[in-house]
Amino acid sequence: MQLKSLMLSAVLFSSVCASFANADDSQVIRIATEGAYAPWNFVKPGGQLDGFEIELARDLCDRMKAKCEISAHDWDGLIPSLNGGQIDAIMAGMSITPKRQEVIGFSRTYAAPLNGFLVLANSSLAKLPGDAKSIDLDKDETGAEALINQMAPLLKGKVIGVQGSTTASAFAEKYLSKVVEVREYKTVDAHNMDLMSGRIDAVLANAVVLKLATQDPSLKGTNMAGPIFSGGVFGPGIGIGLRKSDTALKAKFDEAITAAVKDGTVKKLSEKWLKFDVTPLE
Amino acid sequence: MDFAFLLECFKRLLAGVPLTLGLSLFSCAIGLVLASAICAMRLSKKVWLDYPARGFVSIFRGTPLLVQLFVIYYGLGQFSWLRGSFAWTYLREAYWCVLAALALNTAAYTSEILRGGINSVQHGQIESALSVGLRKDQIWRCVILPQAWRQMLPAYGNEIILQIKSTSLASIVTLMEVTGIAAKLVSQSYRPIEVFVCAGALYLLFNFVVTRAVTLMESRLTRGMRR
Repeated sequence: MQLKSLMLSAVLFSSVCASFANADDSQVIRIATEGAYAPWNFVKPGGQLDGFEIELARDLCDRMKAKCEISAHDWDGLIPSLNGGQIDAIMAGMSITPKRQEVIGFSRTYAAPLNGFLVLANSSLAKLPGDAKSIDLDKDETGAEALINQMAPLLKGKVIGVQGSTTASAFAEKYLSKVVEVREYKTVDAHNMDLMSGRIDAVLANAVVLKLATQDPSLKGTNMAGPIFSGGVFGPGIGIGLRKSDTALKAKFDEAITAAVKDGTVKKLSEKWLKFDVTPLE
Repeated sequence: MDFAFLLECFKRLLAGVPLTLGLSLFSCAIGLVLASAICAMRLSKKVWLDYPARGFVSIFRGTPLLVQLFVIYYGLGQFSWLRGSFAWTYLREAYWCVLAALALNTAAYTSEILRGGINSVQHGQIESALSVGLRKDQIWRCVILPQAWRQMLPAYGNEIILQIKSTSLASIVTLMEVTGIAAKLVSQSYRPIEVFVCAGALYLLFNFVVTRAVTLMESRLTRGMRR
């Protein structure tokens, strides 16, 4: 009898404590990232997340005076988790696109989207025209299409790998699917491995990620080739994914990002991690 | 529930059905042939046949199918001597890698099912067959295999169902079968529930057909024996 009442009071006490603990949870922003997109976000050998976006997230949270928890998730599960309420923000090199804006909201951009091709240095595709030329699909779509037509004879019969559900795969489907076979992979590492083994002839992904990959010893012999695309299907830039209803959070993030851009933090972090300045122009 | 969208889903997913069914059918067929060989090795009383077979079964039953698929697809691609050999024309294509992984995996499980079925035939039956002068191959064909088959049919039906579901792993190595197309649809429409309910319904349909076929075969084989 005594034990029963003791247990009952213990249960009641802990549930009261738990309800007090909940009062602070609303201040914690759960940020999700992929963790497989070096140097934007990746997992260090010790198992912790690190990268340009992780450092930027901590900086933004300091400016917003909020507590942030950053965790890694599967790329395909990020948007469903956000809409399902398991996370509050996505910072995973996710570009702002109209298609995504139908289901989630975005903060203002914090990085410009630059995409390029990675090929094996000794393949015929290493001679793709448009050597590192920057092409903005918004400003110069005809020029881009002309360049793609120039690339067509070299690309004929080849296979290009892209990560699924990305702006790179949207670009490949829109402009390249008539010329080459496009294969979708779950992660950037997966298509890079297949490039090395010769199953695919080129890879299209974020130029910064690919540039870093060329320095990886397991990807020896790869080189970037062809132009660097931005704009158009690639969108105005990379932003933080948020629920559409979370307008207050968006306002807080926007303010923090604008401040970080203005005082040069974004430039400093991007030069440290991405080896070039991806500060958006606005 | 948006029925127009569900219908659209079904139509898009149907494009992946031939690949799903093809992979299941061929991997089961190749697996059965391999399994018979491995079972024969296990049942022969020779140590130099038995132990390699045991090793094969142990490895392929003891590791996840996904790991086996990664080893065959990505792992083998790392060896430059393999890439230069004739095998690369096949291993280069994801289809053959997936087929190999599925076939080897099912061969391991099926060989144990076969062995269990064969061992379940009462020894008295074999002794009587020998005593009436049947040859060894006649004993196998007329006494052992029919009874073993009847015994192992439920377990083998299970294995076929598992194979159909295992083909969904092929999408991880770029093959666009039903699950791969479903994942792509989700990334385009952001409606995971409708799309995956559709995909699940398709797999349920295939497995329902298989289950009915197995039940029919079971009832025909146990005619006159049912209590």
